Amino acid sequence: MIEIKNLTKSFGDLLVWEDVSLTINDGETIAIIGRSGCGKSVLLKHINALLVPDSGEVLIDGKNIFDQDYVDQRKMRQKFGVLFQGSALFDSINTFENVAFPLRYFTNQSEEEIRDNVMQSLQYVNLEEAADKETSELSGGMRKRVGLARAIVLKPEYIMYDEPTSGLDPKTADEINELINGMADALDITSIVVTHDMHSVLEVADKVAFLDQQKLSWFGSVNEMKSSDHEELLSFIKASEYQII
Amino acid sequence: MHYLNELGKYSSLLYQALRSSTEFSTYRKNLFQELVKIGYDSVPIIMLTGVFTGSVMTLQSAYQLQSAFIPISTIGAITSESILIELAAVISSLVLAGKVGARVATELGTMRVSEQIDALESMGFNSVSFLVVPRVLAGILMFPVLYIVASVFGIGGGVAAGFFSGQVPPADFLQGARMYFYPWNVIFGFTKMIVFGYIITSVACYKGYFARGGAEGVGKSTTDATVLGCILVLLADFVLAALLL
Repeated sequence: MIEIKNLTKSFGDLLVWEDVSLTINDGETIAIIGRSGCGKSVLLKHINALLVPDSGEVLIDGKNIFDQDYVDQRKMRQKFGVLFQGSALFDSINTFENVAFPLRYFTNQSEEEIRDNVMQSLQYVNLEEAADKETSELSGGMRKRVGLARAIVLKPEYIMYDEPTSGLDPKTADEINELINGMADALDITSIVVTHDMHSVLEVADKVAFLDQQKLSWFGSVNEMKSSDHEELLSFIKASEYQII
Repeated sequence: MHYLNELGKYSSLLYQALRSSTEFSTYRKNLFQELVKIGYDSVPIIMLTGVFTGSVMTLQSAYQLQSAFIPISTIGAITSESILIELAAVISSLVLAGKVGARVATELGTMRVSEQIDALESMGFNSVSFLVVPRVLAGILMFPVLYIVASVFGIGGGVAAGFFSGQVPPADFLQGARMYFYPWNVIFGFTKMIVFGYIITSVACYKGYFARGGAEGVGKSTTDATVLGCILVLLADFVLAALLL
């Protein structure tokens, strides 16, 4: 379980958000939505302590990640898989080696075991045939899927998606949404999805956190969102030109 | 205030690198790669730099010492001592600030802006140990080796230039070089190269590691790393000469 308690972050004089609190239960898929620049990705990077808040706590299974020393913090980070906005694939190595990368450094697996695990992860994202391709040969959607394969290869408890469907055509975006759902079901993973794609939210999320006006403006289930009369939330949904009813 | 802030961040990164230097298994593979990239791959440009520096030094010394009262072997003494004390170290380091410093800053800067460093951290890697330590260590280890290359080819270039121009026979050149050879000058050259190697790689790592923005940010970090590296090499050269000579 992830508990975010009274988190406040600013960069210099610029307040990103303050007093953000929310709880993510095991097995849930939470979507964090909001306008561009509202600090969705910044919030995501606090959950695994890539960024440090001005104040507040993030409890991972009851332990505040910011209270841990660097070594323990790194161990806690291994509970997370992260799919970055631009996929963040290492461009000096090919697809197979990108997925194998964490296995080579964090496990004592034999070359055969590594190959099996990498191919299994690539199979999850339907990309076995791309194993030997250079990352520069991959399309945007394929890069996202390889990023996802790398994120799950160490079998994390939590997976965080930063704008998983941004820049993708609707069909490929749907495939990514299906993968997120499939991943949550097959691997029993708790998922946190940062997005402003309302279609994606309705496809994958159990709960929705809406960041607006430098605070967590609304938090509830997808069904509650559909019947909500929260003005800014409705305005955001309307602006996304998506009919939710 | 800005410069103090920069100095603080630079010191903090290097302190982190120092603490991380015990994690040999994290950076072992990268260290060998960097030893090749910084050392072996720089040999041709350093050979070329050495040959031309030695040649020009010989021709200019011969031009300035046209007197019946000055033995011809003095040209060899001046050229070889200048190369060992100053030119092999400083000219090579200025060239390496462009070759090595720019490459390191660009690599790390690109990794930063494409979130590859965040990806490393989120997997549980110590990114400083993985990226900064091997590059700085390789710089410290390989710059003195390149000093030997620059010195050998510098003196060789001087001998060749003296011979082909008809100004100094090789035997006279080498006699002068031997007559005024002091081992301390070589130790001084080595010491300088260790310091210069550290300066160029650490500044490049710092500029790349904290690069911000997209392509423009990477370009700026590369330019800053090269310019600052050159300035600090010249400054360190003065300080070391004042302290050690």
